[in-house]
Amino acid sequence: MRIDARGLHYRALNEKINQFILKGERTFHLSHVNGQRFIGDGLKGKIKITIDGVPGNDLAAFMDGPRIRVKGNAQDGVANTMNEGEVVIDGNAGDVLGFAMRGGRVFVRGSVGYRVGIHMKSYKEKVPVMVVGGGARDFLGEYQAGGIIIVLGLGLPRGEPIAGYMVGTGMHGGVMYIRGKVEDWQIGKEVKIFEIDDSDRKVMRPHLKDFARTFKLNVEDLLKGPYLKMVPFSKRPYGRIYAY
Amino acid sequence: MAYDSWEKHISGCGLSAYMDESGKRSTGDDIIQSIALLHDRSNGLGGGFAAYGIYPEFADKYALQLFYDNNTVQSACEELIHRNFDIVESGPIPTRKVFGIGPSPVIWRYFVSPKESALDMSDLSEEDFVVQHVMEINRTVKGAFVFSSGKNMGAFKAVGFPEDVGDFYRLDEYKAYMWVAHGRFPTNTPGWWGGAHPFTILDWAIVHNGEISSYGINKRYVEMYGYHCTMMTDTEVMAYLFDLLLRKHDLPVEAACAVLAPPFWELINHMPEAEKALYTTIRSVYGSAMANGPFAIVLGSRDMMLALNDRVKLRPLVAARKGDVIYVSSEESGIREICPNPESVWMPKTGEPVIARLKGEPS
Repeated sequence: MRIDARGLHYRALNEKINQFILKGERTFHLSHVNGQRFIGDGLKGKIKITIDGVPGNDLAAFMDGPRIRVKGNAQDGVANTMNEGEVVIDGNAGDVLGFAMRGGRVFVRGSVGYRVGIHMKSYKEKVPVMVVGGGARDFLGEYQAGGIIIVLGLGLPRGEPIAGYMVGTGMHGGVMYIRGKVEDWQIGKEVKIFEIDDSDRKVMRPHLKDFARTFKLNVEDLLKGPYLKMVPFSKRPYGRIYAY
Repeated sequence: MAYDSWEKHISGCGLSAYMDESGKRSTGDDIIQSIALLHDRSNGLGGGFAAYGIYPEFADKYALQLFYDNNTVQSACEELIHRNFDIVESGPIPTRKVFGIGPSPVIWRYFVSPKESALDMSDLSEEDFVVQHVMEINRTVKGAFVFSSGKNMGAFKAVGFPEDVGDFYRLDEYKAYMWVAHGRFPTNTPGWWGGAHPFTILDWAIVHNGEISSYGINKRYVEMYGYHCTMMTDTEVMAYLFDLLLRKHDLPVEAACAVLAPPFWELINHMPEAEKALYTTIRSVYGSAMANGPFAIVLGSRDMMLALNDRVKLRPLVAARKGDVIYVSSEESGIREICPNPESVWMPKTGEPVIARLKGEPS
């Protein structure tokens, strides 16, 4: 089902999508999208949405199963509290990507903004995964409580750091794999930097394999490189804060 | 207007701006279209624009633009203006009736130069003289507000959605080489005409998405230099800070930005010695001018457009370039709405300004 979104307000666009879903439609191609918010929000089941243009904020928020492909850049708040499904972004994404994400996967070919993966979480078999092709800005993985964040640092301009300042501040669960250099002063005091071993590569491989296939890259190349791993060394960094 | 009782103010808003560095002027249609796309970022309680290069026939005159509560206030205030300025031309700012813009104050425009005798007696520079009289009107003439006082530029603002405000002021009939737009979402102070963005003094016009939580300290700081905050909202103080830092103290733009959004001490500690000394000095001298809290701002001036984020990136800002035109907006979609295929799009880093400079003659 093709929908021309040019000039459509987000309410009209999302209502249209919902109505077609009720009629049994499962595949959508949205063209001329520009700034319409909340696309894919709360949708459940096997639905596929391809987006030409720049979708607005909170793309795929609370989404529970569908797959979204953005043929361009995305704005802020993608995959906010997403529960299941997949978001693939061919360009860059903005701030607070994967905010409180609970499951599913987000792939971004380019770079991402500030506070990415803030308060991602996991529970038993639900482990959200985020793979960023380029770099990330400050507060990456802030208050991260679970899940896997992988940052690859592909194609960064010379001198551009792969991650910003206050990486993993308040982190108390999950793991970050960063394919590049992060100094101790860049990270929050709740996390530590480690070298990776084979078990880490085993964790990354299936996701990097899919990332490589999606964007026509070589998985072995992606697995190579000076990865570092960041994990919290306390599960309850603020456990004593109100204990007086 | 409800400017009698006020405390503080927060807002979450939308902004869009562009400058054609070559000086080529365009009508207000594009900027209205861009800010209209960000409609849902504002709530109808304030919209406004700043436009540069719009009064070429009076380019060397100060364009004082005022809101009056009523004609009585207007007569009283005009007496004050007459005493200190030669008025070359004056009249109501043209508007059209627009559904969505409620009862308006009296909106008048004066093209003026300071009276030579008054200027001589004041012992002030011409610009300081203008600033002083703008402050005096805003502070002492109840029901009169100067909302624009620059040369060859003007602010246009009202209570309403920005696209309606643009229509109301007939911005399609003006041509500018730089347009700055704002849609307001006030959450803590009244949505009144004077409280809409931009806030201006001389050629400076500022629009802001966010909240200056250091407003109290900043306000008291600029008061020491004769600036008085009267518009009941935090953003106003930023206009005066820029006037102080850039015009009075003649700081380089980058240094002024480092005053408002300085690097954290931890980051300064990891800088090379020379930079460390510079930023340490800036933070020491201008501690009271640091703007804390979330902000994305765009500052317009005669020959420059500047966009800046707070140092922990608590508000969105995207920039793009195509040819001679530099765009900034709260959302990438706001840019693509009027420039579908920019050469480059980027998200500025915290505290790192996006700067466009006028290189050619306005045409």
